[in-house]
Amino acid sequence: MSQNGDHEMTDAAAGAEIDAPVKVEKQRLRLLPGSSDTAASFAFEKEDHTLGNALRYMIMKNPDVEFCGYSIPHPSEAVLHLRIQTWDGVSASEVLRKGLEDLTDLCDVVVDKFTASRDEFNASHPEGVQAS
Amino acid sequence: MPPKADRSWAPLTAEQLEQRRIIGINAETVSHTAANDIPGHYGPAQDDSWNLERFSENLKVNFHANQSYNAAFSLVGVDASIANAFRRVLIAEVPTLAIEDVFIFSNTSLIQDEVFAHRMGLVPLTGGEEGLRWMRWFRKPPPADDYAAQAAWEEEGYDESESVPSDYNTVVMSLQVECRWATQELDGRDGKALAKAGSNDPEERYVNSNVYARDLVFEPQGQQEQFFSGENRIRPTNPDILIAKLRPGQKIDIRCHCVKGIGADHAKFSPVATASYRLLPSIEIKEPILGNDAKKFRRCFPRGVIELEEDPTTGQTKAVVKDTMKDTVSRECLRHEEFKNKVKLGRYRDHFIFSVESTGQFKSDDLFLDSVKLLKAKAERFKRHLDALEEGR
Repeated sequence: MSQNGDHEMTDAAAGAEIDAPVKVEKQRLRLLPGSSDTAASFAFEKEDHTLGNALRYMIMKNPDVEFCGYSIPHPSEAVLHLRIQTWDGVSASEVLRKGLEDLTDLCDVVVDKFTASRDEFNASHPEGVQAS
Repeated sequence: MPPKADRSWAPLTAEQLEQRRIIGINAETVSHTAANDIPGHYGPAQDDSWNLERFSENLKVNFHANQSYNAAFSLVGVDASIANAFRRVLIAEVPTLAIEDVFIFSNTSLIQDEVFAHRMGLVPLTGGEEGLRWMRWFRKPPPADDYAAQAAWEEEGYDESESVPSDYNTVVMSLQVECRWATQELDGRDGKALAKAGSNDPEERYVNSNVYARDLVFEPQGQQEQFFSGENRIRPTNPDILIAKLRPGQKIDIRCHCVKGIGADHAKFSPVATASYRLLPSIEIKEPILGNDAKKFRRCFPRGVIELEEDPTTGQTKAVVKDTMKDTVSRECLRHEEFKNKVKLGRYRDHFIFSVESTGQFKSDDLFLDSVKLLKAKAERFKRHLDALEEGR
């Protein structure tokens, strides 16, 4: 529950800084060798199925995408590989960026809807439970 | 995917859209389990591409219960990968405060130091929420003899000040308990006399024979005074947790350092006792089930799922679906011949009934909001990393 909600997976990084000096984030995204513009594999360090599967789904929702899949090549290494192949010369990085942006938008909508629904429920159910 | 005959190049009808939400449940198998809202799944006329407006319109959140530490709600209109991400973040990545270091000055109890320290770590703590959110990470340096961990540590290039315990990253709690015989002067009863008279009850004979979580004393440091005073003091969620048992002459004298951490690192940091979801069951009665069969049909389900109704035209009793939320999908009705081809069981693939039970540090509904925000923060972080990657940094 850090200030900006941002931290690393296993041994938590940049967390509740309020007045702490801005640090340069360690680069945790790599392009794997053999990648081209339209067919690329990305390596996400310190990420797992949580981001992998959610991002895979968001990217597959993009009609420009021919293939998207993820894997965790080795269970004892905290690395996530994400493969993107696109149709018609669309850039794989742009597809990844759109996937990340769509996921951000989705989270905003869920927060709004959840908060509205909760406040409505709390107003009509002061005990916190439904009478049944 | 619907059967071949239903496939066409036209966009799906409202009925087909509803039908594709359902996962089939048969006596021994399940069917239509994979997500089918991917572009291209139904031909070019069905638009399944990501559309924020459409998502926002379809997304529903309904609360069933919202107590402080126990929330139940339905999240309708998201894919399993998204709902599962929220669940995983809840369990493993929402940070909480827990005892991390235990300094043992004296422990003459029967329980060994390391077992005792581990036990202390598992005690759920609570306190002022504002203060808990104000606290920062404490970065524990690797052990002196773990060279691999040290190399990884240096590579990450952490700020050294984060590894020094201070008021904004460490909470101190102490526990000092000594057991002794009860005496007339101090306790109003003579333990030894009671023992001679045949009392076998340690609570009567001794003082402090049981050490409970409530014996932990919070010692505020620096600015912590303003966040964690009175009602907001750091304390165990449940004061009655039995930590150790003592006998006269035995004593425990420890100091604990509590830090923030995440469940992926150690389960003691997990903010939830359970965070799980199930899919809403669907029961479709395809042919009327009447008379005694209806009664038998009702008994195949938990109470309240199926109700009996009088058919106004024929006057016969008829089984109707009342509340599928209460169903456990036991498939019992599929075992009986008389219901064959009369009922179709299923589950809605996009209706997640979440149950979030907090360990007491944060409210359940706030925890779910935090999990959504954390997933968003993850996506934004990698957007920054992607920018850096493209700039060649």
